[in-house]
Amino acid sequence: MSTEKSVWRRAYEWHEQRLPIVSFLDHSIGTKYPAPKNLNYFWNFGSLALFMLAVMILTGIFLAMNYTAHKDMAFDSVERIMRDVNFGWLIRYMHANGASFFFIVVYVHIFRGLYYGSYKAPREVLWWIGILIFLAMMATAFMGYVLPWGQMSFWGATVITNLFSAIPVIGDPIVTFLWGGFSVDNPTLNRFFSLHYLLPFVIAALVFLHIWALHIPGSNNPLGIEAAPADKIPFHPYYTSKDAFGLGFFMLFYFAVVFWAPNAMGHPDNYIPANPLVTPPHIVPEWYFLPFYAILRAIPDKLLGVVAMFGAILVLFVIPWLDTSRVRSASFRPWFRVFFWLFVINAVVLTWCGAQLPEGLPLIQGRIATIYYFVFFLVIMPVLGWIETPKPLPASISTPVLKPAE
Amino acid sequence: MANTAPVHHAGDGETRRDFLLHSTIAFGAVGGAMAVWPLIHSMNPAADTLALSTTEFSLASLQEGQAITVVWRGKPVFVRYRTQAEIDAARNVTLTELVDPAPDADRVKKDKDKYLVLVGVCTHLGCIPLGNKPMDPRGDFGGWFCPCHGSHYDTSGRIRKGPAPANLAVPPYQFLDDTTVRIG
Ligand code: HEM
Ligand code: FES
Repeated sequence: MSTEKSVWRRAYEWHEQRLPIVSFLDHSIGTKYPAPKNLNYFWNFGSLALFMLAVMILTGIFLAMNYTAHKDMAFDSVERIMRDVNFGWLIRYMHANGASFFFIVVYVHIFRGLYYGSYKAPREVLWWIGILIFLAMMATAFMGYVLPWGQMSFWGATVITNLFSAIPVIGDPIVTFLWGGFSVDNPTLNRFFSLHYLLPFVIAALVFLHIWALHIPGSNNPLGIEAAPADKIPFHPYYTSKDAFGLGFFMLFYFAVVFWAPNAMGHPDNYIPANPLVTPPHIVPEWYFLPFYAILRAIPDKLLGVVAMFGAILVLFVIPWLDTSRVRSASFRPWFRVFFWLFVINAVVLTWCGAQLPEGLPLIQGRIATIYYFVFFLVIMPVLGWIETPKPLPASISTPVLKPAE
Repeated sequence: MANTAPVHHAGDGETRRDFLLHSTIAFGAVGGAMAVWPLIHSMNPAADTLALSTTEFSLASLQEGQAITVVWRGKPVFVRYRTQAEIDAARNVTLTELVDPAPDADRVKKDKDKYLVLVGVCTHLGCIPLGNKPMDPRGDFGGWFCPCHGSHYDTSGRIRKGPAPANLAVPPYQFLDDTTVRIG
């Protein structure tokens, strides 16, 4: 009697033999996936990013049911979502602020990787896919911000698409191609909506590759050393519960902003319908683009400014080779740690500069910060690896805990 | 079963089979590119967008010193009836001083040089410069001033200061009669 399987168990096994999806998940994020036992809360941000992607796709699909991608109707359709559609205000505020929180999470995730050396061998391809996701997110958020067709939507789209006109010879045909006309207009809005709907699913596919690439070497950890099998614990239930706790904490902040300060990160000018004949006096992109906007404006030459702005992101692809240190974690690199935190402060300074008018003090500060941004990657990373003496690494993850260093 | 593998002629490099393989790949690639082109080209301006390419307007009510803005291809076009002082200012510059050297005479129609017709889009990143309305700032050179990143244009619409790389563009236009202009 006791050996007899229940009908549910038999149905489950019948199905698993044909499509082993439960075993697959169990090996990916379940009891069969071993993770280092010393992961700290910075390792929460990967699953938080996945959560935000799901929130964006879900809220986006419902917004799209009430949104009209036409230059004469887009602005009003968004206002209708805000005023007349049941819970439309909630769905839109979750989506608009969700983009900001998605970027907060991903920026912490990237800085985590920089601090703990997660970009180094054998995780270079994993790092590359992460940068591709970041690029796709920026494209998605940029095109999403155009959809409400307010003044900032329109002029942000104009300035950013015009960046491509800096390319010699083929620049202007490219811009006309991007617009589908001779200025940002209805064809531009339509294609941006189409691509804004598409790209999140491209991101989802990239996330799949990202996690696949993660599973080959497994997670890095705060010590940056290889984790022995004895130092690993199953992902479920240990990290599923830790991630769930972190998610609850994160949602307190996210929904505090959604309910009590939903426009704090937006720009009031975007509640003015787009007017192609009047440029607002001061165009600022969304906050998550400000550091790169500051780099663009720090350089007085149009082409070089555009090159520096894209270079600021593309340089991330080669840092596995720019960083010559064999030690991963900054915890064991006394000098790298100093330059890392300077880099974080520098990023905040760039963000601030990007929101100011590019003249006087902010311009000079923007230039200094731009120089440090590139010096950090192109000079400090390679040189420090040679001249810095790292602290001794522990023999294993357990060693410092069981036998504390004298 | 045993004789499926090709006999490789050592030394003569390419076999018939290689040739077939490479030409198949080449045809596939060309065919693929040809199939993608309609998709790409569908994103370029459509026939109805191109059909809106001309605009006509009248200068009859424009007074000396005044400027108007007309819309051409969704973009503003600045039309300014320049004063003699503004024309002189535009003409009395040494061309070598200019970022994008162009004589004023080449930027207006002969005998109509008091009328300056320009595409009102900053050549930096596409903002609309100020200077067409009476109360607008006109920049250090009395023409237009772009507030986005601080470009100054002179009374011929030439870039004099700031990040913009080129002069405000002169659109293709012609005088249909003394006061009627067609752009495009
Ligand atoms: C990576 C995921 C996504 C990001 C980062 C993102 C970002 C944005 C941003 C920043 C806006 C402008 C918000 C505003 O100020 O109003 C927006 C609007 C919009 N998005 Fe998304 N989005 C994402 C996914 C999606 C998806 C999957 C859909 C549809 C299936 C969608 C549909 C819409 C619609 C219809 C609007 C216009 C309504 C509005 O402005 O609130 N989004 N998106
Ligand atoms: S767009 Fe005019 S100065 Fe940048």
